[in-house]
Amino acid sequence: MRLDDCTSLFPKLPGAMPVWHGIVNEKDLRELCEQILQSGGKLVALWGSDETGRDGHYALHVGLVSAPGMLVLTLPVDHEKPHFPDLSDIFPAADRMQRAVADMLGLYPSGSGNHRKWLRHAAWPGNVHPLRKSFDIATHFPIGEDNYPFVAVTGHGVHEIAVGPVHAGTIEPGHFRFSVVGERVLKLEERLGYKHKGIEKRFEDMTLQQGAKLAGRISGDTTVGYAWAYAQAVESITCTTPPPRALWLRALFLELERMLNHLGDLGYLGNDAALAFGFAQFWILKEDLLRMNGELFGHRYLMDIIIPGGVACNLDNAGLLRIAETLRHIEHETAILKGIYDEHAGMQDRFLTTGHVASDLAAKLGLTGLAGRASGQAWDARAQFPCVPYDQLDVYMVTHRNGDVAARVTMRFEEIAESIRLIRQILKQLPAGELLSPVGEAIEGNMGIGWVEGWRGEILVALHAGKDNRINRLHPHDPSWQNWPVLEHAIMGNIVPDFPLINKSFNLSYCGVDL
Amino acid sequence: MYQIIRQILRTGIKTEAPPQPEDALRNEVQQISAQILHHVGRALAIRHVDAGSCNGCELEIHCLNNAYYNIERLGIHFVASPRHADMLLVTGPVSRHMEIALKRTYDATPDPKLVVALGDCGCDGGIFGESYASCGKIANVIPVDVIVPGCPPTPTAILQGILTAVSSCKTPQVLTSGLHNSKPSGSS
Repeated sequence: MRLDDCTSLFPKLPGAMPVWHGIVNEKDLRELCEQILQSGGKLVALWGSDETGRDGHYALHVGLVSAPGMLVLTLPVDHEKPHFPDLSDIFPAADRMQRAVADMLGLYPSGSGNHRKWLRHAAWPGNVHPLRKSFDIATHFPIGEDNYPFVAVTGHGVHEIAVGPVHAGTIEPGHFRFSVVGERVLKLEERLGYKHKGIEKRFEDMTLQQGAKLAGRISGDTTVGYAWAYAQAVESITCTTPPPRALWLRALFLELERMLNHLGDLGYLGNDAALAFGFAQFWILKEDLLRMNGELFGHRYLMDIIIPGGVACNLDNAGLLRIAETLRHIEHETAILKGIYDEHAGMQDRFLTTGHVASDLAAKLGLTGLAGRASGQAWDARAQFPCVPYDQLDVYMVTHRNGDVAARVTMRFEEIAESIRLIRQILKQLPAGELLSPVGEAIEGNMGIGWVEGWRGEILVALHAGKDNRINRLHPHDPSWQNWPVLEHAIMGNIVPDFPLINKSFNLSYCGVDL
Repeated sequence: MYQIIRQILRTGIKTEAPPQPEDALRNEVQQISAQILHHVGRALAIRHVDAGSCNGCELEIHCLNNAYYNIERLGIHFVASPRHADMLLVTGPVSRHMEIALKRTYDATPDPKLVVALGDCGCDGGIFGESYASCGKIANVIPVDVIVPGCPPTPTAILQGILTAVSSCKTPQVLTSGLHNSKPSGSS
């Protein structure tokens, strides 16, 4: 099957984003993945579902993106021989996603060299798969032995440093195993999954309305991104079009979320390079923005204000002025702080060449989002596949080629500037009108896709409709799936004390991938 | 250096007055005596443990260190090891994959110790509840002194929870002796 034929052969899903969905066999799946790679496209997400109750088989779903948009391919998987072709030789990022599918659904990649578990630790046995429909969410197994087979590095003078799951700072839990010689890191191996709390299973049988609140809590720092992607998926599956004002307000919220996270990261990146001044300054600006959010929209992080069909809050003229004034202040202060960061010799010494990811490595491993754009990977759904209102805002995609901590710092400064410009445009052009459209009915068995460029990278929400406007299966995909494995490469050859700085420059989500 | 000093002077003092302790937040009868609290309240070391949150509560914990809340001027600081801590500040729900790590962290914290559970999920399991993968609320896994609801609780609410834990039920004024550095909010 030729990739060029897909957009005419497969139906386009209704909704805001260009997404085509097709059912394929094993041969076509691999061929299309290879063509996607050759055409410069990439893997966005890979997940599975249990369709045994409906049509007697399991299914593997693969989200791929190339020039026309997103292609979602569904491969039926036999329930007696639950295997699918390995895709990790084409897209290395598929490896952990495939292992998660094996843990959660019991579908196995044939031909893959990596059969280690991923999301499963010791809370349930290996022959139990929580996302199978026969599994009851309340089942309780005693905690067993984890026995995760870490890769051992041997040689003269090599020793291991094991860190976590409880870390030294206020961050999420995960385990990092460094193999080092002296101060230099030979290898980092990540072990995640500590925060797995059964989100995907929890979604099953929720109503489309109930799911919005949970979607906003998949990764709290990206609550707007997930809530919008979830709303898009619901709107796609129910053929609902939100009113224009709601769509413009959603973009306002998404850009505010981007600014909040970038400001916070710039502060911590200063702190991790021993410039506490940077933390103090940027976190004043972040707090100013949080307080503005709280006053205008009732929540500092904008949780639960994007709902299927529209938004749950409005903005009046006084609010417009308040935002404009806050942005003016942040823009002015950030410009001063950028000058200080750029001119600070000690800081630049820590930033430049540290945690380097070359463009070709980034392309091969599928590095995405902000970190990808800092290594020459020019992907930004707001610019390339703009939905309303981005189609009227001419988003400028920030990219750099150096791929080090310094590049990821510069990315954040420049994306803040672009977000400020976008918000000003939104405030100027914000259409009047309704905030909410009535949400239609979902047809059982249909799939809806939400796809939003969050501050970290692309968020995907795949929604499979069940009976009576309920969720049969929901898979939320965080860009951290792609970027965590690249962090293992970014640290190689660097010294151990630079790991916190490099890690912060990526700032990946643990809960977003542990689910 | 001139630019940095100039910016610090331009920014001015942002720090605001801290909240008062609130008895309604108490989960259990205080585990430690008022006399110890008197000393702990002057220099409290906190170990934060994320036992499975959505990371929303962590965002607000970070804010406690910003210039507005400036938690360190109260003698309260975050430490890198439970062995150095007087208090565990725990967010949840407790995932079953974090259950052992949380218990071990609790055991590694020297007595007397306090536990503050943060957020709706930490208080009652929240939207994630109990399941094959989640133990629900923090108190299902380790003893909890004070709970701070909210999704996420604001920095002021978290600070109030911490201050409530280090003030005894009978003498809520104990802590105020540790607040001598507090200043009203400054202007920029």
